[in-house]
Amino acid sequence: MSQNDSGSVGVSIRAVSKRYGRNLVLDDVSLDIQPGEFVSLLGPSGSGKTTLLGALGGFVMPSSGTVHIGDRDVTWMPPHKRDIGVVFQSYALFPHMSVGDNVAFPLRARRQPRSGWADKVKRALAMVELDGYQDRSIAQLSGGQRQRVALARAIVFEPRLILMDEPLSALDKQLRETMQIELRQLHKKLGATVIYVTHDQREALTMSDRIAILKDGRLVQVDAPRTLYDSPRDAFVASFIGDSTLLPVTRLDDHHVQLGSQRLACARAVPNEARLYLAVQTEKLLIDTGNQLDEAYNRLEARVREVVYQGDSLRLFLELGDGATVSLRQPGHHFGQQQIPPVGASLTVVLHSADTVVVSDLQKRTANAA
Amino acid sequence: MKETTLPNPGLQAMPKDNSARFQRREHHLMLALLMPALLIVTLLLIVPLGWMIAQSFQVDGSFSLEHYERVLTDGVYWRTFGLTFRISFIVTLAALLLGYPLAYAATVLPRRWSLMILALVIVPFWTSVLVRAYAWLILLQRSGVINQTLMGLGLTDAPLALVHNEFGTIVATVHILLPFMVLPLYATMQKIPRDLMLAGSSLGGSPMHIFWRVFFPLSLSGVLAGMTLVFVLCLGFYITPELMGGGRTVMASMLVSRNIQLYVEWGAASAVSVVLLLMVVTIFYLVSRLVSMERILGVK
Repeated sequence: MSQNDSGSVGVSIRAVSKRYGRNLVLDDVSLDIQPGEFVSLLGPSGSGKTTLLGALGGFVMPSSGTVHIGDRDVTWMPPHKRDIGVVFQSYALFPHMSVGDNVAFPLRARRQPRSGWADKVKRALAMVELDGYQDRSIAQLSGGQRQRVALARAIVFEPRLILMDEPLSALDKQLRETMQIELRQLHKKLGATVIYVTHDQREALTMSDRIAILKDGRLVQVDAPRTLYDSPRDAFVASFIGDSTLLPVTRLDDHHVQLGSQRLACARAVPNEARLYLAVQTEKLLIDTGNQLDEAYNRLEARVREVVYQGDSLRLFLELGDGATVSLRQPGHHFGQQQIPPVGASLTVVLHSADTVVVSDLQKRTANAA
Repeated sequence: MKETTLPNPGLQAMPKDNSARFQRREHHLMLALLMPALLIVTLLLIVPLGWMIAQSFQVDGSFSLEHYERVLTDGVYWRTFGLTFRISFIVTLAALLLGYPLAYAATVLPRRWSLMILALVIVPFWTSVLVRAYAWLILLQRSGVINQTLMGLGLTDAPLALVHNEFGTIVATVHILLPFMVLPLYATMQKIPRDLMLAGSSLGGSPMHIFWRVFFPLSLSGVLAGMTLVFVLCLGFYITPELMGGGRTVMASMLVSRNIQLYVEWGAASAVSVVLLLMVVTIFYLVSRLVSMERILGVK
């Protein structure tokens, strides 16, 4: 892998495993990341995503496999020689230094000429919209501002690769959403390669070019957000991404499955495997208004079991004929609310065949523990 | 209690009334609980201290500044205070030089090792000062293990004078006071987040750069706490210099005891004690302006 024009680098993780005693935390992970790409490592806690980031940053030595950044094999290189910017979950700002000194730290550590510091610090702070904060002390800053300082410190030396370990998890929801958009724009401006660890699927979907899903130390699926969401590779991905219910189904042919007594059409080919599930995302199930006449809609009879008011939307829990429960999200506007029948009433819901996602069982792996 | 059964006005006044009474009762209870401790402190500390201060201003039962005049003008006293400060200063520096790497190692090494280091520091702490002073006496004497080893290796022809002098005093005092340096240092270092080192490293800082720019500055409050404790404790050291100094290394506390035991001069002894006490209070006051007292005493 080589550098591209914007000065960012690709990353190549080749068959990396990490063992802590008898625990296999990373199991034969291989992943190629293009220069300038924004890739999220997404997974539940304990899936190995932070360990993988640690192997990239030099904080974790892999038990086997290699890590390449650009053309260099960095597997055994100490962190301070890797030339990557890291943003930590805790921000890890130096409490005894001013904002300016924090941001200048990488320049000082790299023995860059002192004359250039002021300019670079100023530019980095401007990037994160903290102009004029140089002389503040860290204790004076809010959580969001600390986050920005940590970011400025990680980009001030123009690293070609930036690693972020759940950098927004300590912020409140609103600020987090603003920062997601800002990070995304910053990534475009900088052109650097970004590898971003998160356990928040929405965050990963919002920001990433590609998402790598980890489970029990293994990569399950690496795809663009849309592909991942619409074509999850297995039941784990389907249940982890989005807000979905998994219902067991049986395969009829390449494009049809049986759910209870119902025959459902699927636009995408049904995997040819024994244990299959229908993954129903709450927003894809619609109440039949009589307008969805298209042949491509699957129709399901259901009974309303519960209606939960959630502000922007209402969530309906529905019981299908054979006792299975699915949920449906109805927008909270007037028209949407009008469609909702009383609890106990029966109704017809529709699911477009393109939204009828059938996945195979959780991938059975050979035993992970040694 | 009758009012409580009355209608509205009494009922409304009730809660306020009750809470005030409750608070008063709480205060009385607290005071009662504190009484034993207060009594002991008053009887065993405040009263003797007052008596001592009174003594220092008296000659033959009448008010006089004679003792202070002597303490402040007599060269012997000045030399003793000078020596006391010098020894305390050297002991503090030596304890810092020995204690910092120990505390650092205990902080960064895996738990198993750090527990061992702390145990090695603390266990001697539970041994009597007297026993430890004698142990050093045996090690350092003319025919002791250290001198014999040095001569055996041909490093020296005649035994070195390692004890019954200032050197011996300093060695034993450093050993005895080392825990007072290591523990506050360790407590402070423990609180420095590991993330900061990782961040420093990822941002391009070499291990040396990170130590001097990040770790060391953040450990300074512990350094100050440890130095203050060791210095102040050393100012009042008595048994160790008495045993190790061979009568030649006279520290301030020994001046007090000699005034009483040899000359039966309670007034003079009190004056020396008051001067020493004032010095300690001054040092604590100055340091407390830099770092909080709770930190020095290990409360926080």
